[in-house]
Amino acid sequence: MSAARPEGSVGPNFSSAAHFEMRGIRKAFGATVALDGVDLSVRAGEVCALVGQNGAGKSTLMAILAGALAPDAGSMTIDGRRFAPRSPIDARRAGVAMIYQELSLAPHLSVMENILLGAEPSRGGGLLDWAQMRRRAAAALAELGHDDIDPAAPVESLSVAAQQLVEIARAIAVGCRVLVLDEPTSSLGRDDVRRLFELVRRLKSQGHAIVYISHFLEEVKDVADRVVVLRDGRNAGEVGIDAPTETIVSMMVGRQVDDLFSPVARQPGEALLEVHDLEPGSASFTLHRGEVFGIAGLVGAGRTRLLRAIFGLEAVRRGRIRVGTYSGRAVPHERWKQGAGFLSEDRKGEGLALGLSVADNVTLTRLSPFEQFGLISPRRQRSGAREWIERLDIRCAGPSQTAGELSGGNQQKLAIARLLHHDVDLLILDEPTRGIDIASKAQIYTLIAELVAPSPERVEGSMQRAILLVSSYLPELLGLCDRVAVMSRGRLGPARPAAGLTEHDLVLAATGSVGAPPRPRSGQA
Amino acid sequence: MTMRSLVDRAGTLVGLLLVAIVFGILVGPHFFAPANIELMARQMAIVGMASLGMTMVIVAGGIDLSVGSIIALTTVAIAVFLRQDVPPAAAALGGIAAATVCGLANGLLITWLRVVPFIVTLGMMLVVRGAAKGLADERRLEAPTTWLNDLLRSGGGSFALPSGIWLLVALALVVAAVLGYTRFGRHIFAIGSNERMARLCGVPVERRKVAVYALAGTFGGLAGLLQFSKLSVGDPTVAIGLELDIIAAVIIGGGSLLGGRGTAAGTLMGAAIMTIISIGCSQKGLPNWVQQIITGAIIVGAVALDRVRTRSGTGGLGS
Repeated sequence: MSAARPEGSVGPNFSSAAHFEMRGIRKAFGATVALDGVDLSVRAGEVCALVGQNGAGKSTLMAILAGALAPDAGSMTIDGRRFAPRSPIDARRAGVAMIYQELSLAPHLSVMENILLGAEPSRGGGLLDWAQMRRRAAAALAELGHDDIDPAAPVESLSVAAQQLVEIARAIAVGCRVLVLDEPTSSLGRDDVRRLFELVRRLKSQGHAIVYISHFLEEVKDVADRVVVLRDGRNAGEVGIDAPTETIVSMMVGRQVDDLFSPVARQPGEALLEVHDLEPGSASFTLHRGEVFGIAGLVGAGRTRLLRAIFGLEAVRRGRIRVGTYSGRAVPHERWKQGAGFLSEDRKGEGLALGLSVADNVTLTRLSPFEQFGLISPRRQRSGAREWIERLDIRCAGPSQTAGELSGGNQQKLAIARLLHHDVDLLILDEPTRGIDIASKAQIYTLIAELVAPSPERVEGSMQRAILLVSSYLPELLGLCDRVAVMSRGRLGPARPAAGLTEHDLVLAATGSVGAPPRPRSGQA
Repeated sequence: MTMRSLVDRAGTLVGLLLVAIVFGILVGPHFFAPANIELMARQMAIVGMASLGMTMVIVAGGIDLSVGSIIALTTVAIAVFLRQDVPPAAAALGGIAAATVCGLANGLLITWLRVVPFIVTLGMMLVVRGAAKGLADERRLEAPTTWLNDLLRSGGGSFALPSGIWLLVALALVVAAVLGYTRFGRHIFAIGSNERMARLCGVPVERRKVAVYALAGTFGGLAGLLQFSKLSVGDPTVAIGLELDIIAAVIIGGGSLLGGRGTAAGTLMGAAIMTIISIGCSQKGLPNWVQQIITGAIIVGAVALDRVRTRSGTGGLGS
């Protein structure tokens, strides 16, 4: 009954149909117009996907929806009533909840404390009513179909997927009916994504209106009813989910894009990285110059640990690693010296120093070209960075701009520029395109292909680079890699030529292929 | 110099000029007389010297609460050496070496035990204070008069500043150069801004931290030398609570307790602002409690202003 309720009928129960509408929303920051008359409407029991490149205006639109920003012009309504939140709390009270990409939970508190944070039931006199708290938290989790989560467990003991559930339960518990999910799958494995989608469908059938923001178009088509495309702060169009991906992509970029991956025949050279019987990871493989080697697997399968162990960021318990002519264990400092570079999956936490300048971030590992009599010339350092800003098309005000001010895609290119500035032979890339817009993705794909190709401008002449790539985005792995191995439950499987593999094969191998797919246990990262 | 650091420094400079003008008007034109300026320079020398070391610690994302005690220990150590007829230069070096050892101990404990700097240096504050008292037998140690007592004495002519001031200026230039133009300096900015990234980039994080705390000890020792020069005795109870003035100088000068920000020039300006308030208040005849309220308000105000400035600088929305 929920979705079909006639408009105007309001009731206190959940199915009071939330019809959310934005009309002609405009927002400018100084001279920059971020939004120029955007319309968006979501009915109760509907999932509306919002897609667009970084800078298309999604973040600004969501900030307005969430009450963090006030629009310059335009109106918003819920069930025909005016909705003009002055703060995020205001928006929540009106029934609009944001579930952000980076979760906002208190890790040391229990699940129930998190769910009822700011709305704790009291027994008077400031004392908490723990019994009621537990009941209400359990009810909210049950409504999501996840009564398997213990309301008393500390949030930090849960997996990322379970933490996300807690965050959604918090929104439900306080009666929010319009849910905005911002890149909800960016840190989930395939299996968790499937379960999240089940949850989204459940919320939809309960009469919630859902705005779903994602970079993954396949995913959007799986879960949404409708796709709204934003481009340059305007509505670029709206299509049903049966529209071909190509159509959506071209609406996002405003031009026809060809296939993002151009398969090339590559000639692998000498072995550059040899891993033998390495623990963690139970990994044995060889990576050659001129080759891209991919590692697939669920989040929590141990892919990141394997890469970190190779780079010396995590303890090696057993096995051998050879990088070029160097055998044995090493600390990161030595790995850089040996010509290896590591791109962290955690761009903000480990990849970049967001408070430092673009130039500092790019050049930190190799400052020697800018030194003169033992002192660094900031001018030369900046011009060195400027070269990479131009080569990688990094959108920024200049090498002195603070890295934290750049958009996600440009930050990622900045992190990659560090490896290029160091001129490494071996690039270890952990999720190089996570959470970035499609145009930046395409640029990184092109770059990866260029990097492994023989390059006349390199000092070593025709020496090619080698790339070790971890990605959760399977089309990317299959499109970029020469060989792919699948990691499952902490063990790396055999490498196979990518040409003969399908996404289906990788998923099958990653989930253990027989019986029920394994549930990523809590505590795995 | 980047645009950002220009704005940072200009911010503190504007504050310094404002404070100077206000007290210039309150006290009268003789506030800017060379003799008065020299008086202020002498007064800020001790805090200024120690705050140069503190700047490096804070840029690296740390804190050093033990520096006040280190200053006291240095004065006692110098007095002990002088009483045993050690030549003055050797006595001074001995005091500074003792201070450096304390700083080194801070650094090693922080990196080996992986205990946060606040706790380690809080403990060290008590340990070193106790050691100073034990060494001095819980009293002030008289020491023979030597040229060490002249480090902060006026040179006579109107602009012949005391040698201690020249030392401060020279070392401030060295610290500024180290922070801005050396690998060591860039590394400690990287550590303070994002330690995990610094590790990933091959920065020897532990070694750098130990060096930074040892250097902070050295600067604490130099401040102790100036303190001894001013007192001419070894006093184990001197400089109690001074570490907070020293930290305040760095913060007013644009340093961030979160790490990754701070400059030598800003720090000295921060120390100068606090000195002008203190001397200006006493010359105006304002009681000590007024001075403390003003200084407190300036510390909070400076950081609040900085927050507003960086927020407006960031603008828009990160995605």
